[in-house]
Amino acid sequence: MAHQIIATSRSRTGIPTGRLAVWWVIGSEILIFGGLIGSYLLNRFNHGPSWSVEAANTNTFIGACNTFWLLTSSLFVVFAHAASEKRDAKKTRMWIWLTIMLGGFFMGFKTYEYTTEIQHGFTLFTSNFWSFYYVATGLHGFHVVCGMVIMGIIAENDIKHGRNWHRVENIGLYWHFVDIIWIFLFPLMYIAK
Amino acid sequence: MAEVAHAEVGHDDHHDHHEPSFWSKYVFSTDHKMIAMQYMFTGMAMALIGGFFAYVFRMQLAFPGASIPFWGTLSPAAYNSLVTNHGTIMIFWVAMPVLIAAMGNFLIPLMIGCDDMVFPRVNRLSYQIFLISAIVLIISFFVPGGGFGGAWTAYPPLSAKAQYNATPFGAPLWLIAVTLEIVAFLLGGINFITTVMNARAKGMRMYDIPIIVWMIVIASILFMCSVGPLIAGAVMLLFDQTLGTGFFDGAAGGDPVLWQHLFWFFGHPEVYVVLLPAMGIVGEITCTFARKKLFAYKLILYSTIGLGILSFFVWAHHQFISGVDPRAAYLFTTTTLLISIPVAIVLFAYIATLYGGSIRFTTAMLFALAFTGEFLLGGVTGIWLGSSGVDVYLHDTYFVLAHFHYTFVPIAIIATFAAVYYWYPKMFGRKMNETWGKIHFWGTTVSFNGIFIPLFILGAGGQHRRIYNFQHYPDLAGADMQDMRVFATLSLIVMLAFQVIFIVNFFVSLKRGEKAGNNPWKANTLEWVATSPAPHGNFGPVMPEVYRGPYEYSVEGREEDYWPQNEKPSDS
Repeated sequence: MAHQIIATSRSRTGIPTGRLAVWWVIGSEILIFGGLIGSYLLNRFNHGPSWSVEAANTNTFIGACNTFWLLTSSLFVVFAHAASEKRDAKKTRMWIWLTIMLGGFFMGFKTYEYTTEIQHGFTLFTSNFWSFYYVATGLHGFHVVCGMVIMGIIAENDIKHGRNWHRVENIGLYWHFVDIIWIFLFPLMYIAK
Repeated sequence: MAEVAHAEVGHDDHHDHHEPSFWSKYVFSTDHKMIAMQYMFTGMAMALIGGFFAYVFRMQLAFPGASIPFWGTLSPAAYNSLVTNHGTIMIFWVAMPVLIAAMGNFLIPLMIGCDDMVFPRVNRLSYQIFLISAIVLIISFFVPGGGFGGAWTAYPPLSAKAQYNATPFGAPLWLIAVTLEIVAFLLGGINFITTVMNARAKGMRMYDIPIIVWMIVIASILFMCSVGPLIAGAVMLLFDQTLGTGFFDGAAGGDPVLWQHLFWFFGHPEVYVVLLPAMGIVGEITCTFARKKLFAYKLILYSTIGLGILSFFVWAHHQFISGVDPRAAYLFTTTTLLISIPVAIVLFAYIATLYGGSIRFTTAMLFALAFTGEFLLGGVTGIWLGSSGVDVYLHDTYFVLAHFHYTFVPIAIIATFAAVYYWYPKMFGRKMNETWGKIHFWGTTVSFNGIFIPLFILGAGGQHRRIYNFQHYPDLAGADMQDMRVFATLSLIVMLAFQVIFIVNFFVSLKRGEKAGNNPWKANTLEWVATSPAPHGNFGPVMPEVYRGPYEYSVEGREEDYWPQNEKPSDS
């Protein structure tokens, strides 16, 4: 078990294996969200007016706040990467935890938003727009939470002990991807009315 | 990056080596070969279940209402469930694990000359998720209402509403099992792709990679690119089934045809996902036993890539009668006819490889040749079905069924057997018995044709799929048609019976088979450098280096008719 595997130390492409794999993960994730967003768009084109009426009920202000939190967190994760390049454990951990905090803001706002929407009667079953809304933003939120958990593990399990520095860059790639998905969801669910 | 300048030091057997326990050796191993065996044996066990299901419903079709040995009388609901799960099992739990996962896991590190996958623990996780998916599927047969009975394509509203499919628990469990299985193969696929990109042996350039490794990688990329929308669709369908949303419910503003698009956008590339490893296996075996260089390696490679790209633009040929616009149908007919070209190029390149070779008819070679011939039949009938005008008449008949069995049986059964007979020495250190192997070969292929040729004729005669008892339909109840059904069923029983020979041969050869050296077939690729069976770490202390392509057979001026990839050129 303990012996070092040669395969993991090779890099014929010149790209570290971990980063390469993250790119492939992102590629497959794009297709999952692509299928969902594509289905949403086709439906929206087919049912134009009725869906616009439904979409007018989403809270654009909270959506905009959440966009702000996520974009800022993407900046912080870049700072974390820069600090990790300098092997500065203290700063890396600080920026990672700040990123996690903004992810927490995002999820907090999201929770408030879901709660008020459900209280106003817009549930998963209200109409197909709301079904898509909850599934798409819910799946995205799940990715945000996963990213936060992984970042916590990296900060406390790896960076604190000064090892696996490359993981900061890998989770950064993933976090940017989560951010970009939101950049698609925000106009489609909140702005287009 | 961390590549050491001198020869890489492989697995060192001296440092405090303690014998691993049963659990860490066989169940929680991260060794790629053990994971490959886990996939292979799970796949074979599932194949027995899938084959048994086929036997039960074929018996019902041949002898409607009769009590079936080992089953009893078959109810219509159970018939639906068996047909659905036969298809699902054979594609997702037999073809995928055996062809992609088992062959990919076993061959990729050995063939590219490294000691394991780049993510051994992700690899183990992939198998564990796969195993859970298989268990969930098997559990779904025993819940109230029985296993899912809405066909393996799971079209809503039949699949979405429990009052239609009458399997309130089977349907969601089926969907969860399929989704877990897909997740397992996404993890495995990422591992395969990154391993081949990053962990190749020193000196192995792009065109030195054996064609089967290329094909498995391209198949993994196809899978990854096609399955995403289906995962999204599966989540939507699961919510429709269990929570009552209306994504695919016309009455609630949804669209049932959307599922068909999401499903077939995955479903058609999926055909190529399982076809490509099978074609790779056949390519390797054809070269080795024809003692010839693979004909047009680069053309095969580029055709495969072209085929992969085209496979994303053919899906709606499954939906010609689902209200697809006739103008769109015309486009999809064109792309469907086009995709037969790269497939034909590859198969014809294999036939050209045979030309002028000194062919050895081992069991593996017989299966490989049978694949080429039988798959061509499947492919040619596909051209009929791809033409929208013909398809309107043949859609959902046994003609379609016979067509895709003529593609899938060569892929999942014939090519798999070829691979097992060929790589068995590397897996277990002994050869399988050739005489029994040949008996198994003839029994399997002849009876396979005996099953599906009658079904072609029945389908062209208008016999519709998914009918429980043809005696209820006067047009289809004639004695001549019934005779063909009986013939197909008897052929199936013969085919299943011949598999007993294979199973016995497989397990007896483990202990009694003729001992195989490192390179029993005198082949060039790197897996034959390792000892048989390959040890943990694969290549011992020094990892191999590569000096030439994988198919340098019968090179002029050499004493031996093969030239291993790792043999140092004499002038250096």
